Amino acid sequence: MGAAPAARDVTSYGMGLAAPLALFFLVFFVAPLLQLFWLSLHNDTAGLHWGLGQYLHFLTDPFSLGVLGSTLLLGAEVTAVCLVLGFPIAWLYQRVGPKLQTVIILIVLLPLLTSVVVRTFAWIVILGRQGIINATLQSLGLIDTPLKLLYTQFGVVIALAQVQMPLMTLPLITALGRIDPNLDDASCSLGAGSWRTFFRIVLPLSLPGVIAGCTLTYAASITAFITQSLIGGGQMLFMPMYLYQQASTLQNWPFAAAISIIFLLAVLAVVSVFTTLGRMSRGYGGA
Amino acid sequence: MSGRKRTLEAISFELVMTVIAVIALLIIIAPSLVVLIVSFTSGFSLRFPPPGYSLRWYVELWNAWQLHFAAKNSLIVALWATGLSVVLGVAAALAISRSRTLSARLLDSLFMSPLVLPALAFGLAALMLFSLVGLPVSPLTLVIGHTVVCVPYVVRNTVAALAQLEPTLLESSAVLGASRLYTFRRIVLPLIRPGIIAGAFIAFMSSFDNVPVSLFLRDAATDMLPIRMWQDLEGKLDVTIAALSGVLIIATIALVAVMERVTGLSRRLTN
Repeated sequence: MGAAPAARDVTSYGMGLAAPLALFFLVFFVAPLLQLFWLSLHNDTAGLHWGLGQYLHFLTDPFSLGVLGSTLLLGAEVTAVCLVLGFPIAWLYQRVGPKLQTVIILIVLLPLLTSVVVRTFAWIVILGRQGIINATLQSLGLIDTPLKLLYTQFGVVIALAQVQMPLMTLPLITALGRIDPNLDDASCSLGAGSWRTFFRIVLPLSLPGVIAGCTLTYAASITAFITQSLIGGGQMLFMPMYLYQQASTLQNWPFAAAISIIFLLAVLAVVSVFTTLGRMSRGYGGA
Repeated sequence: MSGRKRTLEAISFELVMTVIAVIALLIIIAPSLVVLIVSFTSGFSLRFPPPGYSLRWYVELWNAWQLHFAAKNSLIVALWATGLSVVLGVAAALAISRSRTLSARLLDSLFMSPLVLPALAFGLAALMLFSLVGLPVSPLTLVIGHTVVCVPYVVRNTVAALAQLEPTLLESSAVLGASRLYTFRRIVLPLIRPGIIAGAFIAFMSSFDNVPVSLFLRDAATDMLPIRMWQDLEGKLDVTIAALSGVLIIATIALVAVMERVTGLSRRLTN
């Protein structure tokens, strides 16, 4: 961009360089979302009659509220599982040599870059009636008839936790890497045990990473359309599929728009709560 | 005495943490291994372990023209979306990375927001806007939609690479009489290139794998690979999908290995 101001400062570039992307986002990202909001404020499909009918419908309909509630709960469950399983990975990463570190990172990274459909498909193979879990339990004589694992909440949570684990683990690895190892030694030499040191020193100091990981994992798991629908099946309905059904199958765009806005606001609310916590935790960590 | 107690306590802690970590790593890696093994089955079902091994489903995949067609579409859209993301994203990253102004920070949040907002809501919103202005869904609308959700990866990785660039290098270059463009071409670009490539790679992979945006923005004639796979899996459990998954897993591993060499991908994503 020729309009670069302040030619004196050679180390920075003019804001004009951001103009093309800003314009692109304005037209293809901000405008669609505004249009979505505008349509959600209409009571009829044609978008002629203003009103809050769509929102009232959603907020007074036990079914819709149930879908929202189970989606938010699903996110919390997946995030908790990811945190419990992901933290030890990050801890182990700091304890091993550089070779093993690369191995751990690549194990964590690979699923992130592997197709979500492929990863979800793998869980169908594992959780299915003839899948590994049922086959193993049956051959051990522990069960007679196959357990129903697919199309259950348990199945959705475990599959989503695996799919989203990298999003939790990577920020944790970064956060743990920033903790001064001397603090650990100091705590131990002052008589605190390993468990106490972990809960009183390591965990609080890694809070920024915990919060970053939780934000990403939560946002990703409640919007993970493919895994939710393939592992959850027809009986379990979460917000993304609800939105898609209303928009695509029923062509009820204003209601789908209202669902989208409510879902967007729910995600934003969760993200901003986490971000606020993150800011507070940075102060706590003392930087 | 207290020393011994502490050791036992330390061992219990390390044991618990290590066991959970190993189980977690196994949970992460197991599904891909299972799919790889099942894809070589000689049977008709996804039973594990397979009754026997053969390459029959890979042969089947070779003839599955519907999947080839979908894969070609996904590849073309991903390449265009990645190209557009790199051009727009790198320019934007140059502008906002060294600026501490409010507008730079606001733009940064704007460019990052597609990462946390539900992509399905964005897909629906984009479809509504396109139909309002009379632009029919086509490969073009797909590329536009994919670029919005992929550009954050390019911006983030380029900003990170620029943040590690020594400002003194740019000053020295200017003092020695190099023009800004020359400095950019000979100093800045070579140093941030690995960051740009890493961002472009992640953008490409996420476009190739995108379902929520494609669901709304594709036309009936443009079948996309992940959607085709998803719909096949909803209908029946076809073992051909296992073979295709095998190909995708191997391709991902190969690409990540190359990227690790070229860009040090793993360090980039943990810093």
